[in-house]
This record gives sequence, structure tokens and C-alpha cells, in this order.
Amino acid sequence: MLEIRNLHATIDGKEILRGLTLTVNAGEIHAIMGPNGSGKSTLAKILAGHPAYEVTGGEVLFEGKNLFELEADERARAGVFLAFQYPIEIPGVSNANFLRMAYNEKAKHDGKDELDPLEFDDLIQEKLKIVEMDKSFLNRSVNEGFSGGEKKRNEILQMAVLEPKLAVLDETDSGLDIDALRIVAGGVNKLANKDNAIILVTHYQRLLDYIEPHFVHVLYKGQIVKSGGKDLALELEKKGYDWIKGASAAA
Amino acid sequence: MAQAAKEKADHFSAYKALAKALAGQDPAWLVNLREKAAAHFEALDFPTTHDEEWKYTNVSAVLKTPFRQHFEQDVTDLTVEAIAPFTFAETRQSQLVFVNGLFAPQLSDVSALPVGVTVSNLAQVPADAAKALHDHLATQANHRDEIFTALNTANLNDGAFVFIPKGKAVETPIHLLFLATAQTATIAHPRVLLLAGEGSIATVIESYAALGESVYFNNSVVEIITQADAVVTHYRLQQENDAAFHVATTQVYQERGSNYTSYAISLGAHLARHNLNVVLGDQHVETTIDGLYVVTGTQHCDNHTSIDHAHPHCTSHQVYKGILDGKGRAVFNGKVFVREGALLTDAHQLNKNLLLSADAHVDTKPQLEIFADDVKCSHGAAIGQLEDDELFYLASRGIAPEKARALLTYGFAEDIISKIKLKSVRQYLDRQVLDKLHQSLEVE
Ligand SMILES: Nc1ncnc2c1ncn2[C@@H]1O[C@H](COP(=O)(O)OP(=O)(O)O)[C@@H](O)[C@H]1O
Ligand SMILES: [Mg+2]
Repeated sequence: MLEIRNLHATIDGKEILRGLTLTVNAGEIHAIMGPNGSGKSTLAKILAGHPAYEVTGGEVLFEGKNLFELEADERARAGVFLAFQYPIEIPGVSNANFLRMAYNEKAKHDGKDELDPLEFDDLIQEKLKIVEMDKSFLNRSVNEGFSGGEKKRNEILQMAVLEPKLAVLDETDSGLDIDALRIVAGGVNKLANKDNAIILVTHYQRLLDYIEPHFVHVLYKGQIVKSGGKDLALELEKKGYDWIKGASAAA
Repeated sequence: MAQAAKEKADHFSAYKALAKALAGQDPAWLVNLREKAAAHFEALDFPTTHDEEWKYTNVSAVLKTPFRQHFEQDVTDLTVEAIAPFTFAETRQSQLVFVNGLFAPQLSDVSALPVGVTVSNLAQVPADAAKALHDHLATQANHRDEIFTALNTANLNDGAFVFIPKGKAVETPIHLLFLATAQTATIAHPRVLLLAGEGSIATVIESYAALGESVYFNNSVVEIITQADAVVTHYRLQQENDAAFHVATTQVYQERGSNYTSYAISLGAHLARHNLNVVLGDQHVETTIDGLYVVTGTQHCDNHTSIDHAHPHCTSHQVYKGILDGKGRAVFNGKVFVREGALLTDAHQLNKNLLLSADAHVDTKPQLEIFADDVKCSHGAAIGQLEDDELFYLASRGIAPEKARALLTYGFAEDIISKIKLKSVRQYLDRQVLDKLHQSLEVE
């Protein structure tokens, strides 16, 4: 589904990704961990097409095609989804309008019927259950006045509506209380299936108690310095990142 | 003779003819009022950009245009259907229509209003409301010092009088429509007095619109008095045509415990200036004045507001938002005075502007002057563009850049529009704002 080969990227001339390689297949859940500032959000935003980052080397294939040939909105319609670490507030635009617009843009692209407000209402009722959100969220402005946990649930609600092929969840667990963590993780588990792939960016092992990854990678200074199974996360939890840093410096 | 003085004599002397035409018809007090205002008008000078209050708004083009003033109504061919785009479902039987400044009885209908409520043109005020009119007309707007108000008052002939007697709650909103239809340059002096009696409740829509593209000049004055505990909601929709000049003053006086809410929406006119002055005349007064202006092309829109706190325990909230595209230009000047003794004042003011083009320009000056202790006050102004992060967020959900821009712009305006409780006004504005920005969005 996704092949990242030797990816280099900069922002404002500063190199953040320095030769990152990663392959993700359909049906897989990958966790990317690593200390703050190692480039996790950068990778997530580059995959989603944020215009501020410049790709200076390497390539990314999404379903065999060059991802960088698509603009951010085209990637989203093609099935790439990013759950933001810090979701943006959009005053004055109701969540319902926003979700329906996003749904219809994708439906148009997929050659499916667009939904009018009534039809969309039926669809969204089902999706709200996945993240245990109240209907009243639909009438509020997108993320405005939402608590941290509500924002993250709203991200997963959007994922549920758009049903992406590749979802990158950037620190979706941070700032959540235990109930919200359980709800968000439960939502992701319900959405994971054999045809899609999920990349979980996190720096806490605890999320992985709820969502079991097939692979765990450690990102450090813009490179994947270690990969393993879910045991690697437990090891990181116990030992911290210092031994990885040491290993990386030695290598 | 100085240029402005000559223009005054040449272009703005219609009140003299009016005084002659109306001699013997109007009550002595009204004749007297006009004469006094005319004398003030003659003594005052039109403002130039050297005047602090008119620094960014140049009215010389207004003064150079030779306008014609109508003394008799000639709207026989205008039908209720023709003006339907400018009227609202909720107010079809509670509307007064003025065409080119003159009352149009065949387009007006106030049959839905309860007995005892006066919504009338000045010339036909019923006998039982005549005293209230006499006691309050021209007591608020300053025709002594403000030349445009003096000119309006010198021409005071017809206008709208809305009088809600003590204790009346009027559920039906009242619409005052000022329509311009002239094919030649025309001047009109729309005038409104809204007197909300003690404990009364009312909603009034004041709107300006045009059928046609010719230049005209609306010089309007609106006086509003909210007596003790009255609650007034005031929608002001300025949608003059692209050639028009619009200069207007809304002067509000609030008595004890009253509540005044204003939504001032400016979409139209080549040059528009609106002064909104609210005097909080006693304790426990609540004031909300929100505004939205959208300028495109070469439009110029100037909002000057003043909120005057002179007594304790009063609250005022103000949010004015502007969207500027093309070479549009806007001015916001908002004064909030908290005078000595106005303890426990709660006053908040905010002006936010969204620039959609590099050639658009806004001058904003929020001013807060506090002379009292123990107050909660804030003010601020912001000028910004659509944020890259907001656009990226929408893009990451599959929304194309053009639509994303439209949605964010709509959201910016919607912050104000969504507060409007009257559904047909709200929907009307949604459509007008999007049309104006050439953005097609399907929203509910
Ligand atoms: N807009 C930016 N301008 C300059 N440097 C940035 C910007 N965004 C991120 N960085 C830098 O890039 C590095 C990686 O950041 P990020 O990808 O957010 O890390 P992580 O998500 O792993 O904590 C950090 O050193 C950060 O300071
Ligand atoms: Mg991060």
C-alpha cells in the first residue's frame, strides 16, 4: 500500500527527515515511536501533503503511484487520511456541514452518490456510535470549544466517515483521559480491516495496550533506527530511548 | 466661496423648496425643527480628510454629484412582487416601504401588528401617538454639530415612526425597507424614530436596497430610544447598489435595565459610512452591537461606533467582522467610554478583518477610554488572511483549495450571521454574502 524509500525532507532549510524507509501493507497496523522532535509529525504531514515541507530526496509510492504527484486534497480523496496531533478549529462552520462536504467530495471522486443532509444524517448516526459521540457535536462549529479529548474523537469520527485506505494517526492518544483513550482506541479497532492500513504515531506504549500493532518502529533524528514487533514497544517503555540513541550514535 | 460651500449651495438646497412646499401643512414644531436644522446645516462645513473622524473617508465625490430630490412619490408601476426579493416572509404584513425616500403606501402593510402598536410614516401618525412623536423626534441625533444629520433634519418630511407602547411584546418583526429605484442621481433622507416604551419588546429590520444601478445618495438618520426594561433587536442590512453613497447615523439612547442588540450588516454601496452611537443612560443596561461588512471591487465601507458607559452595572459587547476582497477598503473606529462612576462596567470590543486579496486594505482603531474603577473591559483588533494550517486541514479532508477558501470565508462571516434569530434574514444573508464573494457553497 505504502512504500517510503530513503525519504529526505526539510522545513525552512532545516533537514528533518534524513533517509527514512518504511513499507506498509494492507491489513497492517504499524506503530511509529520516538522521542519528541524526532520527526514523527513531519512524516505524517508530508504523507498528507502539507505545503510547508520540502521533499529533498527519496520517494513515496501509494498503491504503486508517486504520492507526491497529488495535492493534499487529491491524496485525501485517493484514500490517505491524517488524524492531526493538533486539530484545527473552524469557527462558523458546523461539524455536520464540514463532514458532509468532506464525504461528498470523496463520494464524487469514487463515483458514488452524494448525500443530501437527510441521507447524510442516517450515515452519520452510525458513525457517531463508533466514537460514542453525541449528536449535539454535529451542530457545533468544527472543533471550536471542544476539549482535547473531543477533538481527538472528532478526528476518528472523520476517519470513520471517510473510510481511508491509509490512516496516519498522529498522537491521537495524547491528552486523553482513560475513558476517552478506550473510546478512541475502540473506534480505531472497529475501523481497521484487511483492506486498509494504519500508522499509529505515539510516544507512549499505553495506546498499544488497546490497539495491537503488527510492527513497531523507532524514529530518531529523521530515520527509522529500529523495527520490531509489539515487544519492542514494551522494551522501550522499560528502558526509555537512551539505548536506542546510543545504538544510533554508534552506528 | 469655498468649494464645499458652493457645493452646499448648489447641490443641497432642496430643503428650501421643501419648506415652501410644506408651508402651512405641518405642525409648527416640525416647521420650527426643520428651520433650526437648516440654519445649523448652513453654518456647518462638510468634513474633509483633515477631520479626525473622517480621516480615511473622503466624501468629496458625494458633494460633487448634483443630486435631485423627490418631493412626490411616483411608484405607481412598482408592485409587491417586484420588491419581494428585498422583503421577508416573516414581515410581509408588518412592513413599511419607502421608495427614494418617500413613503409608498401601496407597498406597505402593517395589518399583522397588534392594536396599539404604531408603525407608520410620519405624515400619518395616529392622533394618540402624535405626542410621543413630538416629544422624541430629533431629541437624540445631533443636528447641531453633525452636518449630515442637520441636512437630514432640515429635510424632515416623511419617515418611519415605530412606537411600541409600555408593556407590549410584539412577536411579529417589523421591517422598514428603503428602496432606491431612481434612474437619475437622487438624494434621499431616510428617517426613523423607534420608541420602545417601558418593558416593551420588539424586533426591527431596517434595510436599504436598490432596483437599478444608477448613482444615488441615502443620507439616513435613525433614532432609537429604549425606555426602562425594553428589549429591542435591530437588524440593519445595508445593501445599496455599487454606485451609491450611503451616509447614516444610528443614535441610540438606553434607559434603565433596557437591552439593545444591533446587527449591522454592510454589503453594498460604493461608499458607505455608518455611525452607530449608543448612550447607556442609566444602570443595568445591556448593549450588544455586532457587525459584518463585506467589501469587494473598489467599495469603501466605514463603521464608526461609540458606546458610552456613564452608569454602574452596565454591559456592552461588540464584535465587528470584515471581509475584504479586490481593492476593497474598510475603516473601523470603535470608541468605548467608561466614564467616572460607571463602576462594575463590563465592556468588550473586538474587530476582526479577513483580507482575501493583497490590494484590500483596512484601517482599524478600537479605542477604550476608562475613567472608572472596578471594571472589566477588553478590546482588540485583528487583521489576517486565511491560515495555511486551516486550508491544509480542509485539504486533508479532500476539500479542494477553492472550496476550502469559500468555506473558511463563510465560517468567518457565519460567526456573526449565525447569531441572527430570524431565519429568513439569516438565510438571505448567507446567500448574499456568498454571492457577493462569487462563492458557491451548499450549506444549510
Ligand atoms: N515549522 C517548523 N519550522 C522549523 N522547524 C520545525 C517546524 N516544524 C517542526 N520543526 C522541527 O522539526 C523537528 C521534528 O518535529 P516533529 O516532526 O514535530 O517531531 P515529533 O512529532 O517527532 O515530536 C523538530 O526539531 C522541530 O523543532
Ligand atoms: Mg509530533
